[in-house]
Amino acid sequence: MHPSIYMQFLSQLKAGQRAVISAIEAEDSLFHRLTALGFRVGKPLSIMRRASFNGPIHVRLGTTDVILRVTEADRIQINAI
Amino acid sequence: MKRIALLGMPNTGKSTLFNRISGASARVGNWPGITVDLLSAKILLGGNIVELIDLPGIYDLHGFSEDEQVVRHFITSNPVNLLVVLLNSTQIDRQLSLLLQIKKLGFPIVLALNMTDEAKRAGITIDTEGLSQTLGLPVIQISAKYGDGLPKALAAATSVINQQETTTNPQSIGLMLKEEHDIEDEMHELIQHHVQIPTTLTDDVTDKIDRVLLHKWLGLPLFFAAMFLLFQFIFAVGAPIQDGLAWLLDLLRTELLNPLFTNTPAWLSGLMLDGIYNGVATVAAFVPIIILFFLVMSMVEDSGYLSRAAFLMDAIMAKMGLDGRSFVMMLMGFGCNVPAIMGTRIMRSRSMRLLTMLVIPLSLCSARMQVFIFMIAALFSPSKAPLILFSLYVMSFFTMFLTALLFQNQYKNTEPFILELPPYRFPTPRQIVLRGWHEVKHFLNRASKFIVLGVVLVWLLTNFPSNVAPASIDTYAGQIGVFFTPILDPIGINHELAIALIFGFVAKEIVVGALAVIYGLQGDALMAQMATQIDWVQALSFMLFTLIYTPCLSTIATIKNESKSTAFMWLSISWSLGLAWIVSFIFYQSARLLGY
Repeated sequence: MHPSIYMQFLSQLKAGQRAVISAIEAEDSLFHRLTALGFRVGKPLSIMRRASFNGPIHVRLGTTDVILRVTEADRIQINAI
Repeated sequence: MKRIALLGMPNTGKSTLFNRISGASARVGNWPGITVDLLSAKILLGGNIVELIDLPGIYDLHGFSEDEQVVRHFITSNPVNLLVVLLNSTQIDRQLSLLLQIKKLGFPIVLALNMTDEAKRAGITIDTEGLSQTLGLPVIQISAKYGDGLPKALAAATSVINQQETTTNPQSIGLMLKEEHDIEDEMHELIQHHVQIPTTLTDDVTDKIDRVLLHKWLGLPLFFAAMFLLFQFIFAVGAPIQDGLAWLLDLLRTELLNPLFTNTPAWLSGLMLDGIYNGVATVAAFVPIIILFFLVMSMVEDSGYLSRAAFLMDAIMAKMGLDGRSFVMMLMGFGCNVPAIMGTRIMRSRSMRLLTMLVIPLSLCSARMQVFIFMIAALFSPSKAPLILFSLYVMSFFTMFLTALLFQNQYKNTEPFILELPPYRFPTPRQIVLRGWHEVKHFLNRASKFIVLGVVLVWLLTNFPSNVAPASIDTYAGQIGVFFTPILDPIGINHELAIALIFGFVAKEIVVGALAVIYGLQGDALMAQMATQIDWVQALSFMLFTLIYTPCLSTIATIKNESKSTAFMWLSISWSLGLAWIVSFIFYQSARLLGY
């Protein structure tokens, strides 16, 4: 079975999709930055848009809009709603 | 003297609040963590002079970014009497964590909730009294931008300070910081009881603008168009002002200074007028452009568009170890390198700033353009002129990308690329003007001595020994040119051109003037003379060298100030000189090999 079937990452979502964060796998510095900006397990988010040429992803969490690169989005596991 | 520190997350209007209280010109930006140096001001509070310090915006007391380390370092080594914590009301649900972290450390705190107006519009209601009681500290709603609630906040700060005779103990704070705190539950509790947030924010305006400006295909063309228009504006308005200033300085010289120095020895009037006065004039010429650039840039920054530029350009720039913000500054460099290098301050990561600063001096600025237009007119037919100019632009981009690619591993950016997109905001004119003034002051303070010294040095080199004709082969500058013959011959640069290149270190604007002095001719006669002395291959080699080597003394001074590193300044100078030589060498030798 391909891992993506039971494990989904923020980087795989399309614009307009919504999801709930299920896990964050990041080293201390990245983890701190993510939590400070509102990325927490159980928190819902929506993908506002993705930049052309596989550029950054624009995510909305609660009251905050954040952009992050695909490499960072790869560290965030989600369950799509 | 009692000490108050101002603390908050990026984008909470902290610098605006600092400006409002202090009246000083701290920089303001709608960009996460814009304050670079620690600004402080002495203010009058309840009859006493108090020192107010503006700490950099941070997300987390335990974070690893440079700013977070700065703040940690500050609070564990400096005692304070009070911390004013500023939070953005519209994001209180996540920003409270910072307050709770600080509260755990036992600081006396006044909590100021900023952007009350935005929060109201978004339908967020905060029960400040309840929050104040639960937290056990004063909570005041303010608007830093318009000054609402400020007297109340200052009164609260005064009463805390008057009750509080002792300062915090930095050592014990350092010890406490070592322990991790789990504050998530407490934060959740507070939000649930005291804050109501509608499920979807009614921030329609920003969303609508973003739909256009961040559009998948329209976004980039719109970004380029916007940048083009802004830079067009800066130079369309700036150039006449610069010309006017030059005319005024010239008038001052001919009408006032020349008569004043008629009876003094030649060397003294030369030193004062051609050396020092010209140096001052060189510095002054940058002032209008710097003012205009920062007026426009602070507008772009405060509006929130710069973070959007990062979003649009990141995919391309990331491959060179840069990001979208670097690109904005690289584009600016095509107008003038000096403000572009000053503008790199919007980047938070030092390594990325240095890489961008290394790249910017390679852009074909408007001063180099003057040299090219003169040389092209002298040696090329009008039909070939656009092609030559175009290839110089291509070369400029090529050297920039090459430099970024080669040095991206030396200046590896380790900070993750995660940025907040703030809502679009209108900056107040007061913020914009303060910012423009602040930057000019900064430039004049730091760069002027360096530039005047450099101009005097070049004047000495080109006017001594005193018994020879100025700027001739027999001067020290000419001797340097002769000394470097083994290096300059392989790239087709003769002694006269070598002296012009030495002048070019001061500013590219004076290269053409220097050629006039060196050849003792002007205008068409100078062009005709040069056409007989050098051929087009030499001319193009000279132009390539001029394009790539150090743009001017002002740029060098700015690089030194902004990087705060003399070693980095020398790296920039030697890299550009080396690259200039290699490119000219390859071009000149292959053209000669091909029989031209």
